[in-house]
Amino acid sequence: MAGTVSPHDAKTLIEQLPILQVLVPFCTAPLIVLIGNRHMAWLLAFVASVISLVISYVLLTQVYGGGFISYQLGGWAPPLGIEYRVDAANALVMLLISAIATLTLPFAYESVKDEIKAKDHTLFYACFMLCYTGLMGVVITGDAFNVFVFLEISSLSTYVLVAQGAGRDKRALTAAYDYLIMGTIGATFFVIGIGFLFMSTGTLNMADLADRIANEGTNRTIRAGFAFIIVGMGLKAAMYPLHLWLPKAYTFAPSAVTVLLSATSTKMAIYVLLRFLFSVYNPEFIFELNVMFLVFMPLALIAMFSASFVAVFQVNFKRMLAYSSIAQIGYMLLGIAMFNLSGLTGTMVHMFNHGITKAVLFMGVGALVLRTGSSFYNNLNGLGRVMPLTVAPIVIGGLSLIGVPGTAGFVSKWMLVQAAFENGWWFIAILIVLSSLLAVVYVWRAIEVLYLSEPAQGTKMAEAPMSMLIPMWILAIACIWFGVATDLPLGAASTAAEVLLSGSFGMVE
Amino acid sequence: MFDVLPPFVIYLIGALILPFIKAGNLRSAYSLLIPLIGAWIIWNAPIGEHAQMAFFGFDLELMRVDKLSRIFGLVFSLAAFIGLIYAWHLRDWVQQTSALLYAGSAIGAVFVGDMISLFFFWEGTAIASVFLIWARGTEGAYHTGMRYLIIQIGSGVILIAGVAMHYHASGSIAFDKMTLPMSISSIGDIALWLIFLSFGIKCAFPLLHNWLQDAYPAATVTGTVFLSAFTTKLAVYALARTFPGTELLIYIGAIMTLFPIFYAVIENDLRRVLAYSLNNQLGFMVVGIGVGTELALNGTAAHAFAHILYKALLFMSVGAVLFRTGTAKGSELGGLYKTMPLTMIFCVIGAASISAFPLFSGFVAKSLILSAASHEHYYVVWGILLFASAGVFHHSGIKIPYFAFFAHDSGKRPKEAPMHMLIAMGLASFVCIYVGVFPKPLYDLLPYPVDYEAYTTTHVITQLQLLFASALAFTVLMRTKIYPPELKSVNLDFDVTYRKWLPSLIGYLAIVVSAIFHGVTGFINSSAVKIIKALHHSHGPDGSRAASWPTGAMVLNIALLLGFALLVIYVS
Repeated sequence: MAGTVSPHDAKTLIEQLPILQVLVPFCTAPLIVLIGNRHMAWLLAFVASVISLVISYVLLTQVYGGGFISYQLGGWAPPLGIEYRVDAANALVMLLISAIATLTLPFAYESVKDEIKAKDHTLFYACFMLCYTGLMGVVITGDAFNVFVFLEISSLSTYVLVAQGAGRDKRALTAAYDYLIMGTIGATFFVIGIGFLFMSTGTLNMADLADRIANEGTNRTIRAGFAFIIVGMGLKAAMYPLHLWLPKAYTFAPSAVTVLLSATSTKMAIYVLLRFLFSVYNPEFIFELNVMFLVFMPLALIAMFSASFVAVFQVNFKRMLAYSSIAQIGYMLLGIAMFNLSGLTGTMVHMFNHGITKAVLFMGVGALVLRTGSSFYNNLNGLGRVMPLTVAPIVIGGLSLIGVPGTAGFVSKWMLVQAAFENGWWFIAILIVLSSLLAVVYVWRAIEVLYLSEPAQGTKMAEAPMSMLIPMWILAIACIWFGVATDLPLGAASTAAEVLLSGSFGMVE
Repeated sequence: MFDVLPPFVIYLIGALILPFIKAGNLRSAYSLLIPLIGAWIIWNAPIGEHAQMAFFGFDLELMRVDKLSRIFGLVFSLAAFIGLIYAWHLRDWVQQTSALLYAGSAIGAVFVGDMISLFFFWEGTAIASVFLIWARGTEGAYHTGMRYLIIQIGSGVILIAGVAMHYHASGSIAFDKMTLPMSISSIGDIALWLIFLSFGIKCAFPLLHNWLQDAYPAATVTGTVFLSAFTTKLAVYALARTFPGTELLIYIGAIMTLFPIFYAVIENDLRRVLAYSLNNQLGFMVVGIGVGTELALNGTAAHAFAHILYKALLFMSVGAVLFRTGTAKGSELGGLYKTMPLTMIFCVIGAASISAFPLFSGFVAKSLILSAASHEHYYVVWGILLFASAGVFHHSGIKIPYFAFFAHDSGKRPKEAPMHMLIAMGLASFVCIYVGVFPKPLYDLLPYPVDYEAYTTTHVITQLQLLFASALAFTVLMRTKIYPPELKSVNLDFDVTYRKWLPSLIGYLAIVVSAIFHGVTGFINSSAVKIIKALHHSHGPDGSRAASWPTGAMVLNIALLLGFALLVIYVS
């Protein structure tokens, strides 16, 4: 397909959507700085994210049943030019990211006012848009080096966003610094891996890379590149034991930033991992199977338990959720390591479901922080009775996090258990269920604090403002909706998993 | 996706909005709209399947309309409507919401075409309804509610286990006719028995029935009205849908009609008397399902229809007494006809209906089942049913109105029931009489074409003979003071097995076992404490796993992992 299209064939607006997806937020960022009004800044960011959400949805409907859209930047055909490539796998991730960003912004309005100094607001929203641009760019591009470029755009702006938490707690600065060091190492490893690939294949376009690796086989350079890429991206995805930056960054970042990061940033990294594991490299390679079996699987299992145990004992709600995220990423990696259709579908669905679940939970914590100024359990006693509308979505999100039937979380865990049985790994299936029980413990602990303990004397707390409640409730209802009507995420995810499992052939046509 | 919106969606949305309506009367008025809209949808839905949904690769059917589901759907809507009028005075959104959710789940269950959806609604009725018991707010009600919930949820769990095994064996999840195997030779047979058992629990089969008499008298005044309408009739519907013509059901049903009579006669709490009589009425329906002919299934459906209304009417009238006097015990009531004449009249209408007096709804429905049994030559069963009918008249028809409104004067002079309760009871009474006098509209709703004349001389004479003989017996017994007086006592039912004997038997065994058990658990506990302490040491907030590591340590991790990955890749 790539070879047959003539340069300027993208003429209608619909055909230009892939580039608009990146350009809209990208151009909004400088615009925000130029206008320099903090109310306008929020409005512009919100409008941009809504536009981008619509684009994501249109793109997903186009590739929902299979196939892909290839868009050539400036009409330069790949492998020379940069290609944007949309298929079911990344369309689903884009939908997740844009939906979360669109819901996070209304939430951010009050939260940012409370947590960040007024003079920094315009820059905050500009960085927010840049981060968003980077996330979108990483996901949509079909060019390996371009992935790195967008990755850096999103990472650099993320460091700034995390550091904004310094207004409330100075430790945000060290958290941002640690994240900067770690993130830079991750990105460097990733670019080293790309370099190795370029060295031995002479191309940077993913489809082209896949084609050459499939036809000419691997050599040591290509294999070493593989190791660098998975470690680099594993770091961005907070794969155990490369997760150490995450708890601090999530805990000390402003609430709105935590929501965005937890729901999208690690998911983006998992997506890139999937792309390289299954599309660029051929998943049939023995070395790759060994990596999955010997690296991903044990680390995923350790993450599921170790991080969950830490979460069980935490006394800070926000930090508890951060550790729970690490455990959940374990599930996603486990799905990859299963290496079958159900497992990959499970990973894709879990990315989506965990995204919305964690978003509502972190929003809930953000709302509590807005009202009480703290996310420590001992300051949250009995708030479920004082502000029921704010706390109820947290409960729904918690149930989804556990994976209670009827919630989104159940669907993805069910897929993973099914995948384990398909491989005959019943032992793994038991471990999945056991670690879900740990989730019951840590979620229950929060519920106990919020509902069963007595509120402090004379606590009179208003509900969170509407601008927070509405996005929280939308996400909470989504948690239930996608647990019952499973067509959309499961359909898109299984198409995506099929595309991925068809390996490099899925890229080459 | 949906040609016709399944009515449960209306209830669900309605229930979610309800708590946000603050003004009491407005909220009550609003709640009445929902069953009306639901009934309107059901009334207009053409026969057929209207709402499919994909769920984990299963095709769920949420709106299967046929004549069987339609009549149950309509009577459930009617019962919800009447119950909500009766509950107009409530200023407790929890009860109103759960009543709506409860009715919505029951109606949802009636229209599903597959057993996975059935399971969801099955549990939905359980969870929604328990709040009607808890709403009473007493310690006893809390424990009763817990017991009720455990049994109801248990029934659902058995159901889903059965469905899973049935699916495994047959590849079908259709909620449709099945044949109960009389011997168990494969997993599919166990599955059918599990499904049967789960329906049986909810239908209060003999020995599985105790939850009913336990829970219904414990609920709130209004809650019992809802409880009496939905749960057991849903089970009857499920049985009629899946196991019609199962001979076993005839005998189960016959026993069900028989044994509650004796308990009803000696019971003092009038609401519990009604609960026993409800159980007995279910027996008639179960017999009808067991006979399984068109006439019998018509009888079951008609009886369910009539029964829901007159049973609700009886519970409403006794509820009104409880509402005004604070007690429903026969020994503390009496003479209330002086100040609650309208309630008394409605109660008598309900009593006449349940006793199947000619010109009341029970007559036109029950005679269908009796005729069906005799048509199929089940003469012994027919005799039992006849005896049970006499018994019904005795304990529900005479005893309830007699002890509540007449008997010895208790000296209580409560006010007449509030207006909305009178309206609700009046509406139910009207339907009871209307159906009794003009059975044609009801017969038209039945699943099969009806070629039956209720008002033949034989039927009327037989029934009247029966009723008068029973009335005579009551009179003679009362006159000669042989009739068991209304005493404050606890009657032993089969649940004494569950509550006393089994526990004490287990208690003896336990002494032996516990010694061993304590040794083992003690060991496990102490090890568990050690493990948790160790985990807390390593994973707790101050533990090494949760600590904020210095940057260098993080980088070391990266290097180690990279090294390991490279090693794996090179070796392979």
